[in-house]
Amino acid sequence: MTYIPHTDRNRAEMLAAIGVESLEDLFPAVPDQYKFPELRLPAALSEMETWWEMQGLSEANADVNHYACFLGAGAYNHYVPHTVDYVLRRGEFYTAYTPYQPEISQGTLQAMFEYQSMICQLTGMDVSNASHYDGATSLAEGVLLALNATKGHRQKIVLSPAVHPQYRSVLRTYTQGMNVNIVGDDRLKNDLPDLLKLLDKDTACLVIQSPNFFGQIENVTGIAEAVHAVGALLIVVPDPIALGLLTPPGEYGADVVAAEGQPLGIPLSYGGPYLGIFATTNALVRKMAGRLIGQTVDADGKRGFVLTLSTREQHIRREKATSNICTNQSLLALAAATYLATVGKCGLEAVARLCWHKSHYAAKQIDALNGFKVLSGKPFFKEFVVKLPKPVEAVNEFLLDEFDILGGYDLGQDYPHLKNHMLIAVTETNNKQEIDDLVTGLKEAAEQLA
Amino acid sequence: MNIPTDLKYAKSDEWIRPATGEVGLTDYAQGHLSDIVYVELPEVGASVTPGASFGSIESVKAASDLNSPVSGTIAAVNEDLSNRPEVVNSDPYRTGWLIKVTVSDAGEFAGLMDAVAYEAYCAERG
Repeated sequence: MTYIPHTDRNRAEMLAAIGVESLEDLFPAVPDQYKFPELRLPAALSEMETWWEMQGLSEANADVNHYACFLGAGAYNHYVPHTVDYVLRRGEFYTAYTPYQPEISQGTLQAMFEYQSMICQLTGMDVSNASHYDGATSLAEGVLLALNATKGHRQKIVLSPAVHPQYRSVLRTYTQGMNVNIVGDDRLKNDLPDLLKLLDKDTACLVIQSPNFFGQIENVTGIAEAVHAVGALLIVVPDPIALGLLTPPGEYGADVVAAEGQPLGIPLSYGGPYLGIFATTNALVRKMAGRLIGQTVDADGKRGFVLTLSTREQHIRREKATSNICTNQSLLALAAATYLATVGKCGLEAVARLCWHKSHYAAKQIDALNGFKVLSGKPFFKEFVVKLPKPVEAVNEFLLDEFDILGGYDLGQDYPHLKNHMLIAVTETNNKQEIDDLVTGLKEAAEQLA
Repeated sequence: MNIPTDLKYAKSDEWIRPATGEVGLTDYAQGHLSDIVYVELPEVGASVTPGASFGSIESVKAASDLNSPVSGTIAAVNEDLSNRPEVVNSDPYRTGWLIKVTVSDAGEFAGLMDAVAYEAYCAERG
């Protein structure tokens, strides 16, 4: 495409059209001292010096390759096999977007088709879209789907307080101004049986997370039946790694599965870019946002891949869109597909088992410490809540300074009732030495902190 | 082009069968939309008014609103279309019907086109 800049004559015509004499006249609101201030930047560096500078900055970070990490709360330090990066960095794939003439990129479409197929197998759902931005936006899209599927007649959303606090916050952002009533998450004590009591004929959906934000596996028996009995939809937020061991939501009647795909081969990277997993049933596929890649045969009978469904937001149906999200995270979906293909069914189960065993070993050791109490009541998967004898922030600082350990999540930030409670995540990447160091670090923190 | 004489026609290319209150899309409209892949219909009991959309229809080429030719309430919707939307193409005036309306004001039929007028209306649009 040729880039055609404005000519002086173009500019003069445009300025005349809006009745000003110069470009400067457009910015009288900007005080003079803020116009072209002196920036006082350091002298320019050569490429080599820039490299040193950036290298030095990056080495100042406490990263998971040099520190033992027990921080989770929605983003997890799982091992990323080298196959993932190898595939991602191939020039044919290295873009975040589905090309605008999608069928010309058969490789990308095939990769997305395989991603979708694997997500369906993992979640037990009929269809998966080609992904959303992250777990939070996927969940919000799931709720919008539920509102649309009930044709706007139902305005109530029952939300578990054990759904990730940031997901709940994003959901509220998405639904603001929609006259939607979100209930259930105002009381931390609201367990699934309490939430079921809130279901009624005005309810569009029940949203639960399992394993929940506290790492606990919810008892989902009979939940879908109760939700469907009032004509509402069940939206489940799982941890995809946990699905290597646990019953897939599709098998217990979920209508929508919305999840964070980061654990599947995507590095922590300061919180993004991540991957929004979204899967639903055949009955609801037409209400699904995003896009769907399908497999077909061409005129010669050869296998090919096509953009089967993208009508909601783009092309022929823009003004009737039920969501304005049409972008997916193709590159990250490719990472997840590569991860799943690399570890395979047995590998995923092995990763899940390692998480389970290591986290249970850690919980047992920590619970035995004087002054520490691991919250019990429900089984957990790879994350658990510990009541500390000292403030979480101080303990984490101690662990970082004295043991090179990135400690757990301070639950008091989101749940005032859980002050001094730490959420600890243990994955397959944490070896026994690290876990034992954490236990020692916690013990010493309790003894030495004021 | 098939334009049955026992029906009334709206400018938005829906037909209504005054005897039964059935509403559908005309042969002209289905031909222009080409292969229909999805029909979104309202719930029974919902009210409809002329000019206000009661649903939408999606083909491989376009998505369009569906409008009721007359006022009334929805007595039935064609549930078969969720599995076989293509019957709107193959049999637009019989098995491809969309909704059945309990007409609230039979006087509104007078404002609709008959087969002759509708044929002329189609001819002028090409």
